Amino acid sequence: MAVSAARVMSRRLANGAFTAFCVLVTLLALAFLAAILTTLIQKGVAGLSVDTFTMNTPAAGSRGGLLNAIIGSVLLCLYAMAIALVLGILAGTWLAEYAGDSRYGSVVRFINDVLLSAPSILIGLFVWQIMVANLLHHFSGYAGSVALALIAVPVIARTTEDVLRLQPTSLRESGVALGTPFWTVIRSILWKSASAGILTGGLLAFARISGETAPLLFTALNNQFLSLDMSKEMANLPVLMFNFALSAYDDLQRLAWAAALIVSGSVLGVTVIARLVSREQKQG
Amino acid sequence: MTTTIATENPEISVAEIDKAKVKLDVQGLDFYYGKSHSLKAVSIPFANKAVTALIGPSGCGKSTLLRTLNRMYALYPGQRATGKILLDGEDILRPGVDLSMLRARIGMVFQKPTPFPMSIFDNVAFGVKLYESLSKSEMAERVEESLRRAALWDEVKDKLNAPGLGLSGGQQQRLCVARGIAVKPEILLLDEPTSALDPISSAKLEETVIQLKADYTIVIVTHNLGQAARVSDYTGFMYLGELVEFGETATMFTRPATRRASDYITGRFG
Repeated sequence: MAVSAARVMSRRLANGAFTAFCVLVTLLALAFLAAILTTLIQKGVAGLSVDTFTMNTPAAGSRGGLLNAIIGSVLLCLYAMAIALVLGILAGTWLAEYAGDSRYGSVVRFINDVLLSAPSILIGLFVWQIMVANLLHHFSGYAGSVALALIAVPVIARTTEDVLRLQPTSLRESGVALGTPFWTVIRSILWKSASAGILTGGLLAFARISGETAPLLFTALNNQFLSLDMSKEMANLPVLMFNFALSAYDDLQRLAWAAALIVSGSVLGVTVIARLVSREQKQG
Repeated sequence: MTTTIATENPEISVAEIDKAKVKLDVQGLDFYYGKSHSLKAVSIPFANKAVTALIGPSGCGKSTLLRTLNRMYALYPGQRATGKILLDGEDILRPGVDLSMLRARIGMVFQKPTPFPMSIFDNVAFGVKLYESLSKSEMAERVEESLRRAALWDEVKDKLNAPGLGLSGGQQQRLCVARGIAVKPEILLLDEPTSALDPISSAKLEETVIQLKADYTIVIVTHNLGQAARVSDYTGFMYLGELVEFGETATMFTRPATRRASDYITGRFG
């Protein structure tokens, strides 16, 4: 076997050049991310104060904060998650345990995947058309939550199906072998065994909807004041960001940055929790 | 009493056993995975309060046979069985049989231990809760009794609230046996129960099986011929979906009637 020194050398060079190129491109991508984060943190922190968390959104030029929008966002997301967890977990369970390879199952799975990447503005328009324009005849927190839920359901259904499929067949069979009805096997054994994965899916869906603006523009709209009434317009951070960032006033723009920081921070927090939970699952 | 169909080196030899002793009687069973015909006219009796071992090379249909006995296959569309399986004279293959009730009467332990994601106590109590409403103390008694019979009690009595998944493989498998016998089934099906266990755990499980036979009809699928010889009273040898030979274990392992069983047992193939 003859090893040509020249060929080895040229391979090494090609390898080195390619590695260098990859590192360079990665650095470029990271640089943009870092630039975004630094701007966000700089401007966001400058906008934060005690007022941010204790006062409602102001008119331009007066003191104010984000209290109504923070509470509105929390409420909208909580209601949305309540709807989405029930629908998503049941749908995912049906897909994993009952649908099998049936035609109907495949169609539902395909549509779910399409919904997973549906533009959120379409979902906002859809809910506006059905709930706001035809049913309630006014903007409402409920409509906002339904729109957010429609975004979260496919995420939860998909993760639930995936983690249930990962559960070993022998676990199902040993439940069934005891004379357990299949539905009880799912409830008391499979869901328990897959709980960390399902929870992770829920948290990811939460992270996904907490920054959505488009669906809320058409549904929950906005509110100058603190309101806990889900049947009325409801303030929320994403729409507030959209409005204030476009305004001509410095103080409102500062609040928009603060809102952006709060949303990003909570999404980061939730993602970290999701990671920790799924890591625990792997070890346990 | 055993009477062998005595022909010189027969293709198939199925010993008959006293009908009064038969708990579960398989008659002319065919089984299909979709189009593939994987059990062919299998007829085999399982004697009451005795251990019957099913042996044979991989893919011969012994696990398939076991999975028809509690109709586990019914979970999967496309799998079907024809023929008769009489449990105390009642055909369990006929439509309309309540499968949950059937499986409560016929327990099963699988190749790999499958503890449920809950405490040791709850694992054992799980099946009992489905069919009986016991008081707290009765339940505690039942759990202890089951764990004792599965030879696990002494190892876990101080940590009944610890998760079942925290036990060693051998302990987990005995936990599954305890879970299976806690519902007081009449028949226990064991599908290669020691294939994932170390020799010491295997020996413990074999002892458990021998003790359990006082009360249960046990069917055990095993690749370990020594194990079949040690624990079973009757043995069935299967090959390519057929029951080639069935008889008392002592006879089968010393004077097998068929060429194919003899070759398999002496290690000439399989």
